[in-house]
Amino acid sequence: MLILVLKRILLGLITLFIVSLITFVGVEVLPGDACTTYLEREAYGAALEACYKRLGLDIPAYERYVSWAIGVIQGDFGYSLSGEMKINDVLGPRVKNSLVLASASILIGIPIALLLGIITALWRDKMPDIIISTFTIFSMTIPEFISATLLILIVAIWLEWLPGIVIVPTGASISELLPNIILPVIAISMIMTAHMARMVRSSVIQVMASDYVQMAILKGVPYWKMVFKHVLPNALLPAINVVALTIAWLLGGVVVTEVVFNYPGLGRLVIESISNRDLPVVQALAIILASIYVIINLIADLLTLMLNPRLKSLQIKK
Amino acid sequence: MQQVVQEIKNLSIGFTSKKGEQISILKNISTTINKGETVGIVGESGSGKSTLALAMMGYVKHGLFTISGECIYQSNDILKMKNRELENIRGRKIAMIPQNAGQSLTPNLKIGYQIDEALRLHTNFKKEDRDVKISELLNKVRLPSPETIAKRYPHELSGGQQQRVAVAMALAGNPDLLLLDEPTTGLDVTTQAHVLELLNFIAKDTGTSMVYVSHDLGAIAQVSDRVIVMYSGEIVLDGPVRTILKNPIHPYTYGLLKSIPKLTLSGLPNSMSGSQPQPGTIKEGCSFYDRCEFAEDKCKINSPELEFVSELNTSVRCFNHKKLHKKKDEDTKSSKKVLRKLNKNEILDISSVSISYAKQKFIEQLLNKIDDTNPTVKDINIKIDKGETLALVGESGSGKSTILKSIAGLIKAKDGIIKFDKNKILSNDLKKRDANYLRAIQLIFQNPDESLNPNHTVEEIVSQPLKLYFGLSGNELKQKIIEVLKKVRLGEFYLTRYPRQLSGGEKQRVAVARAFAAKPDIILCDEVTSALDVSVQAAVLNLLQELKVDFGTTYIFVSHDLAVVKAISDRVAVLYQGRLCEIGPSESVYKFPSHPYTEVLLGAVLEPDPDIKPKLVAEDIVEEKPPEKGCSFQGRCPRLLGQICKTDVPPWQIDENGNAIRCHIKINDLKNQQISN
Repeated sequence: MLILVLKRILLGLITLFIVSLITFVGVEVLPGDACTTYLEREAYGAALEACYKRLGLDIPAYERYVSWAIGVIQGDFGYSLSGEMKINDVLGPRVKNSLVLASASILIGIPIALLLGIITALWRDKMPDIIISTFTIFSMTIPEFISATLLILIVAIWLEWLPGIVIVPTGASISELLPNIILPVIAISMIMTAHMARMVRSSVIQVMASDYVQMAILKGVPYWKMVFKHVLPNALLPAINVVALTIAWLLGGVVVTEVVFNYPGLGRLVIESISNRDLPVVQALAIILASIYVIINLIADLLTLMLNPRLKSLQIKK
Repeated sequence: MQQVVQEIKNLSIGFTSKKGEQISILKNISTTINKGETVGIVGESGSGKSTLALAMMGYVKHGLFTISGECIYQSNDILKMKNRELENIRGRKIAMIPQNAGQSLTPNLKIGYQIDEALRLHTNFKKEDRDVKISELLNKVRLPSPETIAKRYPHELSGGQQQRVAVAMALAGNPDLLLLDEPTTGLDVTTQAHVLELLNFIAKDTGTSMVYVSHDLGAIAQVSDRVIVMYSGEIVLDGPVRTILKNPIHPYTYGLLKSIPKLTLSGLPNSMSGSQPQPGTIKEGCSFYDRCEFAEDKCKINSPELEFVSELNTSVRCFNHKKLHKKKDEDTKSSKKVLRKLNKNEILDISSVSISYAKQKFIEQLLNKIDDTNPTVKDINIKIDKGETLALVGESGSGKSTILKSIAGLIKAKDGIIKFDKNKILSNDLKKRDANYLRAIQLIFQNPDESLNPNHTVEEIVSQPLKLYFGLSGNELKQKIIEVLKKVRLGEFYLTRYPRQLSGGEKQRVAVARAFAAKPDIILCDEVTSALDVSVQAAVLNLLQELKVDFGTTYIFVSHDLAVVKAISDRVAVLYQGRLCEIGPSESVYKFPSHPYTEVLLGAVLEPDPDIKPKLVAEDIVEEKPPEKGCSFQGRCPRLLGQICKTDVPPWQIDENGNAIRCHIKINDLKNQQISN
């Protein structure tokens, strides 16, 4: 078990290393560099030299990669170009904002998704399933920028219940943020819940059709007991990985939603830094997002391993 | 007057087709189950036997519904009960032992919990008493160390153990009636014989009534007092087990019994033509009309009713049953097996082949070698002559399919050489094999559902080898396909069919046609009949035999069914844990099973005759890995000599009939011991 965990962690680190290489090389290969972008028309002669010197671009690429990588390992991403701020200071509040948005969506979306998935599966082809499934398929097919815009139109502009866009500073406290995130959370949850509910539904249906559930019925196990003891634990195991991917997707910044609602999270930072050609920030974001995916998937794998007796004993045997 | 446990009255169950028609799966079934009686329900797939068993518990599968009739248990109709009432009957009064225990035990719950659940629901025991009871039940089904078993998860047990757990679970509620749905199908022969013996013991010990549903007349013969034969959703025969199996007065049962390969018969069994009609296709007349050799004109229009024949104490659904009354088995002229011509023309030489499933370590991958001192299959030496049928037999895990795959090149052998046609070495890497050798060796798989591409028509399936190996196209190709299909007795109209539109037997014929289209020298048959119904199996075996006569093809035939192997093979190789135990001409192997393992295997075969009981000589322990040293069979051998069996690999010995065995005991001593037993 421990060896397996270490193996997975090692694999994760290798993945991150490759991601860092690709982003670094990608940035190097692109025409122009941080200084030419930053200085624009004055990018020649002494100014350019000075800029190179200041940003350390005058030393060979591999040396820069090594020193950048060492910095990253120590938690220092260097300086951003546009604001000449430390990237850590730029990222900090953004990460916090994204976390707030993601946690709220997770706390609301996942329980609803599980509930809807289970209800639709247990009442398969009956009224509750037909109504909920129609709704989930509907909200799955509408792209989030449309549903988000519609939400703004209806709730913020027509009904005037909630602010339409988020107009808090990036460093706002959580209590300041909360009223502003209601609409974004709804927009995100709609699409996320729909996907997950469909997944849970098919998983539960599959388990309900299994021999062991039929056996439980023939054993005389009361219906709800059967559902909770024999069906759900087995049906929800495969859901863990989907939930993990969803969480990673949320933490990585729901780019479109953040842009529509003008929410100061990681997703919008990605867009901003790309359009500003703020390459050090882009690099830092790539690494951070990759780490989020790696870590969340690692957790999900370990969780599945722990909860699935079949996999667990397989590992022990080895 | 016997006490009736359950009475089924005019039961019909069916579904509504896409066209809105009501189609019956069970038609007007009436029978009673008496107290203390074991009733075997036998029929081929699609005969409605499982649907009937489930209906006896008030369970009707999704999509099906009760059209009419009732199942009366304690003067109430089970089919009309509410879930609440059913929960009190299921598991307590009527319990089910399922077909595939491995899939019928909930994977995330421990064995102990699952039995405890049944106890909690159906008894008033306290926690401590229940724990004692769990051990008692596991003991009763003869599972070793109940306390440890109770703490295991289902997947940590072997197939036989899982089946025993299912029996224990069913017994927890102390039911009046046990329903067993193919409880031994899918188990190894020795395990199956042990489980049946256990069920017989339980029936006697507890006085529970049993309904035993199976397609296997051998198993039915061992457990039943009374047998019900079902065909196309109807009861066609219902009577005492000896009458049904020894004097079958329904043409279907008569034909079915003749189509079963038996150890006591030489040669191939007779096949029955055609297959069971799909539900809803028979509108009038007898449902067996198309396949019946005694059919008359009236059978086509009128459906016979179930008629009670008092002198045999049997009910039969046939107008002409009197014709069969005195018909003896004498006219069972089985088609003679074509004996191998004794021209020593070696076509395949497998020498010292070992195959390992161990994962290669990184360095080994670089060096392209496998370092495994205890491989799954070890030291296989077999020479096969042209036109010979060699059978590989053994239980699951014996490596028989593995050897087949390595001949086909699907698995790389770790060591050893496979030579084709005297001196041409077959590479163990499929990609390096010459196209001509690929053509020369064809494979037929166990399950045609999985080996035929569901999106290809029969024409496309059969055309592939013709295009690939012979470059045929256009009209020439089409003519050739039709020719090949005719060889396997499929008409031209099959060309445009998809696999899903074919019956099991027809699908396997297509698979046979595909193999023969390549004009192969050797055909590898991997359990080719085990997914088929008995009557269809006989037809496929006969077909393979005919094709062999026509083309002089060599077969390597893998099967776990010893009776089938006896019927078709010239030579038999017996494998245990990937090591050869015995190899020799099939007549002499079956006459004198010299190797102790062969003796164990043959003893466990179930004959469709209630008076021939299996001999259980060894425990049905499952070994996960072959032993590191000594004889592969040491763990289960009933004739273990002593220390020598654990340390030294036994030597080969050959008797005068050409039977070679690998055992430390002298071959003649073994024979004498077996005869004196």
